Amino acid sequence: MPVLRWIRRNLIVIAGLLTLAYMILPNIVVMVFSFNKPNGRFNYEWQRFSLDAWRDPCGVADMCGSLSLSLQIAFWATLGATVLGTMVAFALVRYRFRARGAISSLIFLPMAMPEVVMAASLLTLFLNMGAQLGFWTVLIAHIMFCLSFVVTAVKARVMSMDPRLEEAARDLYAGPVQTFVRVTLPIAAPGIAAGALLAFALSFDDFIITNFNAGSTVTFPMFVWGSAQRGTPVQINVIGTAMFIIAVTMVLVGQLIASRRKSNART
Amino acid sequence: MSATKAPPAPSPNPEEPRQPTLRKPSTRKRLVPYWLLLPGILWLLVFFALPLVYQASTSVQTGSLEQGFEVTWHFQTYVDALRDYYPQFIRSLLYAGTATILCLLLGYPLAYLIAFKAGRWRNLVLVLVIAPFFTSFLIRTLAWKTILADGGAVVDVLNTLHVLDVTSWLGWTESNRVLATPMAVVCGLTYNFLPFMILPLYTSLERIDGRLHEAAGDLYATPATTFRKVTFPLSMPGVVSGTLLTFIPASGDYVNAELLGSTDTKMVGSVIQSQFLRVLDYPTAAALSFILMAIVLLMVTFYIRRSGTEDLV
Repeated sequence: MPVLRWIRRNLIVIAGLLTLAYMILPNIVVMVFSFNKPNGRFNYEWQRFSLDAWRDPCGVADMCGSLSLSLQIAFWATLGATVLGTMVAFALVRYRFRARGAISSLIFLPMAMPEVVMAASLLTLFLNMGAQLGFWTVLIAHIMFCLSFVVTAVKARVMSMDPRLEEAARDLYAGPVQTFVRVTLPIAAPGIAAGALLAFALSFDDFIITNFNAGSTVTFPMFVWGSAQRGTPVQINVIGTAMFIIAVTMVLVGQLIASRRKSNART
Repeated sequence: MSATKAPPAPSPNPEEPRQPTLRKPSTRKRLVPYWLLLPGILWLLVFFALPLVYQASTSVQTGSLEQGFEVTWHFQTYVDALRDYYPQFIRSLLYAGTATILCLLLGYPLAYLIAFKAGRWRNLVLVLVIAPFFTSFLIRTLAWKTILADGGAVVDVLNTLHVLDVTSWLGWTESNRVLATPMAVVCGLTYNFLPFMILPLYTSLERIDGRLHEAAGDLYATPATTFRKVTFPLSMPGVVSGTLLTFIPASGDYVNAELLGSTDTKMVGSVIQSQFLRVLDYPTAAALSFILMAIVLLMVTFYIRRSGTEDLV
């Protein structure tokens, strides 16, 4: 049987593509159902084709407000976590000092803990301090859990950097600031960018930690969560689809630029 | 962020060197790593470590919301919490464990495909693995409600193939239903944490030198033997970190159980959430959260020891 033999030879490819299909399936469903005109409050069953939601993406009360709040939080959280995380990563890779092991563990632990534990413990801190839950508590929490991921991403990049490049810059009479801006930062940039991107995605999408520490503030994931109980507007699917398309485009464009640069560097 | 931008150290040395190119490490230079670390580490100490201390103290308090809570070293809360909620604990570990194994089984071929077989499609496939990160995971989880709906295509196919008869007999589904059963929750967990398995697997597979495969082939190893003796052992770091990155968040997750499950599939995360945010029984909630943390940390330590990979991050 040639078909069977072909299947056996390409077993890994077939299995891998099936997994990929499993991963993409919900995105396709979200996309398709953004063109639905549901009967009633829930958008779980296909009724008929309509462009209504795409024509009026902000037609649902409070949804776009929560979206812009999430974007703001993600922006500031990314900025904070990236700055703090990059500093920590440089210190860990470039310097030998006491308590290095303990600090590495402190960085690792937030990633090795169920989110609900961090969320709940942070809430006990805020309750004990009598802090007002809202924008600031959410921002503090997001910077906290994004920090470790940024450190890991930047560390990986800085570790593979050749320190002799910086020595060479110094030998050519570049000052420390000049060396950092002209040599160190450009080489570390892809790692920092990866860390920042990861932080943005994690913060924008976080539900569990936000749910505990937001009080009555509603971020976009919390809006979606609430809508699962009250009724899901089609506009949620529109936002989901738009996010997917923007993300894929951004990543593809980024890779295109990177591969261009690589081929330019080769010639 | 540069060393020079750090605020000047309160150096005990009165003769602070002005030339930064000085070879001898000065006090100021020795303090540079500490200034770099200070803000980030302080943040983690205040908003990650200190909260855990507060939570530990909350878990041994008694009282009520009206009269206030007080530390009375009431360890009975732990015993009561375990006695009342052990089914949810067992269920969480069971679901998270199953999802992790499924992620490994599903993720390995895809990671292998990207690392060795994708060729010029590699970047596109990688994008398709990462892109779901950027679409809200709650929206995608809700999409599973549509996919697994009663009378939907998936349920129909499984019914026709008599798969549901078997799974219902095993207690994974209820007759003719997938939604609101353990199978739906595990399906959602597997789906949501799959990228966390694939990416570390891909990273460690990609590092393998392709010539090792050729060498194994030259030594008359069959593809299966090559995989068993060369590829898989070399990908162990990826397997270990992928497993941890899937199991840990899955064990505390309550989104999948709440959106795709029923009251019979509640995981411990749901209990902690409702105790904290709805029942407002803070001591019990803190105790539950501490027990979960202890279980996860113990299992992780044991697992890392057994698998023999100490350097994960």
